Amino acid sequence: MTQILIGPLAVAILSTVLAFLIAIIDKVLNNYGQMKISINGGKKVLEVKGGSPLLGTLAAEGIFVPSACGGRGSCGACKCKVTTDVGPHLPTELPYMSPAEIQKNIRLSCQIKVRKDLEIELPEEFFSVKKFQTKVASIKNLTYDIKEVLLSLQDGQTVEFEAGQYVQLVVPPYGEISESVQRAYSMSSRPLDKTHIELLIRLVPGGIATTWVHKFLKEGDRVEVVGPFGEFRIHDTPATMVCVAGGSGMAPFKSMLYHMYETDAFPEKEIWYFFGARTTKDMFYLDELAELAAKWPRFHFVPALSEPKPEENWKGDVGLITDVLDRYGQSSIDKSKGLEGYLCGSPGMINACINVMKKNGMTEDKIYFDKFA
Amino acid sequence: MINAPDVGLLSLFLASILTSNVLLANFLGTCSFISISKDFKSSMGLGIAVTMVIGICSAICWAVLYFIIKPLGIEYLSFIIFIIVIAAVVQMLEMIIDRFSPGLYLALGIFLPLITVNCAVLGVILFMQIRNYNFMQAVIFGFGSGAGWWLSIMLLASIRKKLDNNNAVPAGLKGTGITLITIGFMAMAFIGFSGMIAVQ
Repeated sequence: MTQILIGPLAVAILSTVLAFLIAIIDKVLNNYGQMKISINGGKKVLEVKGGSPLLGTLAAEGIFVPSACGGRGSCGACKCKVTTDVGPHLPTELPYMSPAEIQKNIRLSCQIKVRKDLEIELPEEFFSVKKFQTKVASIKNLTYDIKEVLLSLQDGQTVEFEAGQYVQLVVPPYGEISESVQRAYSMSSRPLDKTHIELLIRLVPGGIATTWVHKFLKEGDRVEVVGPFGEFRIHDTPATMVCVAGGSGMAPFKSMLYHMYETDAFPEKEIWYFFGARTTKDMFYLDELAELAAKWPRFHFVPALSEPKPEENWKGDVGLITDVLDRYGQSSIDKSKGLEGYLCGSPGMINACINVMKKNGMTEDKIYFDKFA
Repeated sequence: MINAPDVGLLSLFLASILTSNVLLANFLGTCSFISISKDFKSSMGLGIAVTMVIGICSAICWAVLYFIIKPLGIEYLSFIIFIIVIAAVVQMLEMIIDRFSPGLYLALGIFLPLITVNCAVLGVILFMQIRNYNFMQAVIFGFGSGAGWWLSIMLLASIRKKLDNNNAVPAGLKGTGITLITIGFMAMAFIGFSGMIAVQ
């Protein structure tokens, strides 16, 4: 009997001693003490505990650098400029860096550990980024694969954003997904409604976040979002806006259009909105936008189907959105005040539209876009 | 209490590097040998890491063997205990490398924790056990075998670097194919040393 007990007991004691040793070494080695992070030349100085990745350290201080993967080094979103020398770029950073970025000391903040006092540079907009606790107020099916998710902010929080910006949705572990991930979605709600965030989410087969939203998320669930982020916004010029979207690329334009209509912002701007879909099954907000166009003279709405079926009885424009855009660009759109392009959709659609826009007299620096990646 | 073999420390050290090289004479620890050797710098790092692990583990395992396992009569658990010790040492080494050389830490990637299951490490410790080495012999044999592993991977990395810059390799043999053939030649060369020095 004792013979049977002695063996496992010896193994257990030995393991305990070794585990204890590891814990002590960990404590000694990872004790970097207090570190200073100076942001944008000393505009903001943080006193933080060293040893952890920069991304998480900043998040603990309430500064949220955008990250789609949550710090695993697989999205390349959390770029920031580190002016202090923290050694050469790591193999995990290089795939996401262009030679120009390497030259400028751009680093992935999830891969850089705070091991000495750091000087970093971040866009000012990151300081207004917050984490919001929300509750799902409603989920509506817009098409067979796009849902409109309305989140209402909890605990008296309010969100300040510009139409066109996006938030990161925090997807908790679910089913076989064991790690929390973050994914970016444009807000389709109006900036004046500071207590709600609305997102349009299309089901991507195999997508972690979109599957969660479509198959698991229910009304009343609690959801965390981080934001707002993004440079996609209306530019204050008298130039005519030419907006092109497909699918859930509708989101930033819904926000922009209703915001402009309700506040009469940028009154000189004329707006053309081209929305492309394959069949009527993929079309949504048709009546709402047609109604908006009817009562708002400077807004022109052009929905187009690329593959309408005869039985659908489609009365609008037909053709690829790029062809429709080209047609209108050559005939209907008034170019006298100049043109600005606004694009939201898949990279393929955006690249094709940029070519058509350039052909119709727009310059590349006046074409703004929000690519789904 | 230990019936240690009559082998001089210097000859044991040379034997473990050359005549009974753990990789090329015993073919232990081949997985990381093949995959890491494509990069010269990582080979250097992993070679150092493996040498440290085998050396330190030999010393600790010798102590564990003669002060815990044998007195308690639990030889039947020695494999498990050795693996636990190896895992702990690798864990500690991992933290040390991460602290002092983050670049090497990332270059080694998954192969650093995988040293735990590198058969060369357990193999050397089991040789130490069955050959009844005394403490000094165990330590020398451990570090020597590690150095032998390190030498082999550096040799292979150098040869592969030459091969990569050479277009004479037939397309069908590029990569792992020519590497395996190269290892075969290297092993044959090392067999030429075998038996020159007795290790037990």
